[in-house]
Amino acid sequence: MSAEWSADEMMTVAAARQLRDGTACFVGIGLPSTAANLARATHAPRLVLIYESGCLGAKPDRLPLSIGDGILADTADAVVSVPEVFNYWLQPGNIDVGFLGGAQLDRYGNINTTAIGGDYGDPKVRLPGAGGAPEIAASCREVIVIMRQSPRSFVERVDFVTSFGYGTGSGDRERLGLRGAGPQVVITDLGVLRPDPATQELVLTELHPGATVEQASAATGWPLRVADDLRTGEPPTGSELSVLRALKAATGGSRSVAGA
Amino acid sequence: MAEIVSLAEGVAELVNDGDTVALEGFTHLIPFAAGHEIVRQRRRDLELVRMTPDVIYDQLIGMGCARRLVFSWGGNPGVGSLHRFRDAVERGWPAPLEIEEHSHAGMANRYVAGASGLPFAVLRGYTGTDLPRHTDTIKPITCPFTGEVLTAVPALNPDVAIVHAQRADRAGNVQMWGITGVQKEAVLAARRSLVTVEEIVDTLEPMPTQVVLPTWAVSAVALAPGGSHPSYAQGYSVRDNDFYQAWDAISRDRDSFTAWMHKHVLDARRNA
Repeated sequence: MSAEWSADEMMTVAAARQLRDGTACFVGIGLPSTAANLARATHAPRLVLIYESGCLGAKPDRLPLSIGDGILADTADAVVSVPEVFNYWLQPGNIDVGFLGGAQLDRYGNINTTAIGGDYGDPKVRLPGAGGAPEIAASCREVIVIMRQSPRSFVERVDFVTSFGYGTGSGDRERLGLRGAGPQVVITDLGVLRPDPATQELVLTELHPGATVEQASAATGWPLRVADDLRTGEPPTGSELSVLRALKAATGGSRSVAGA
Repeated sequence: MAEIVSLAEGVAELVNDGDTVALEGFTHLIPFAAGHEIVRQRRRDLELVRMTPDVIYDQLIGMGCARRLVFSWGGNPGVGSLHRFRDAVERGWPAPLEIEEHSHAGMANRYVAGASGLPFAVLRGYTGTDLPRHTDTIKPITCPFTGEVLTAVPALNPDVAIVHAQRADRAGNVQMWGITGVQKEAVLAARRSLVTVEEIVDTLEPMPTQVVLPTWAVSAVALAPGGSHPSYAQGYSVRDNDFYQAWDAISRDRDSFTAWMHKHVLDARRNA
């Protein structure tokens, strides 16, 4: 792989490219926020960023460290309460894209951000938990997942379903009455997976430049299927990379106390 | 009518051992000073309620104030784990911590039901997840009009809600703006409430996005300038992201955590 960009940068750029200009996107912190802000700063200037803190249409010029940094409220079209953001904006299906990360993802796009190993009452690793993700995964018109790929994170079956993808396969979402379409695309540091339309199993459909099918298979904890028309994605452009690096260099902002 | 009290008086009067206590504030306006006062007054056996038990609940849990936690996201935002929370859940230090776990949508609606005087709230939520299997305050409910199966969660009515706001007037009317999260609902759902403020002023000038809590809806107001640090109060301070990042190392180790709490909380006396 070329040393001109890192696998993380390629992943973030590939995720940003998935976001269409003019759509409304519910953004989680971390990789999703980085990719969504990159999209807004490049090909999707009218992308509407929605943060669960109640900031609708935030336009930060640096990456927030949390979902409630002041820069989000300062630049938002509207700041609403947390009950309102979930009840009026997310729940009825008013948001096009939910953008999620996670600690574990399985073959059918279910996500775990709750606990790993042991059992729920006595876990090996206790993770932060659900946050807004279960309802984002259920109610956004579609979901984009961004996660680094490894055999520990891409597993046959998640230890805990925090956010529902396709359950055990085709028809589960419909049976449960979930309105959104679920995870339509999973972006990793190696490539892109999409659900098979017939079975909803995640299938490798795209490799990032320099990545191989062998690497992707080795980084997947289930027998990874590869699409017949597997393609190789475009490398990051110079401007995508420079904008991404500038955004990341300005994460959070430094401490200072402003006057009242 | 809200009484204007010192922070120490407010906590002493309103927070009892064994109470259900909700310190709310969604990233912004987190009532750290009040949390530290609870630690100083050595409250025990609290049932702590909060959507995002971040660093302030990590501190309360690590200092042994809590027996139970009701929450929806327990992490250090943008940084990673809450090590004291994890130590309590994974290894029972300093005491076992019982948890009741929800999603943000569920918790927000539980406060709305509490503020509305209803026994429960209805939402489209949790469907297909493993949460209902482990949390018995998540139940299916059938809509009497359409037959659709939805989810019910019970109201939250804490014994006391504690929030931080930008300012209050001398009559105890409270004004906050910026990201106001679920604080209004938490205060209205609670039996008692304490609001800490950056300043007390003669007149509350209207601000964009403001939420006003009338004095007769609040039990007590205490002056606590900088009382949300390392969170922030819009118009007064910015989020101390460096502190949140530093907390990861401070809190990872039991001894360094305890030493930090002694130095910065237990031995630090606020002006009463």
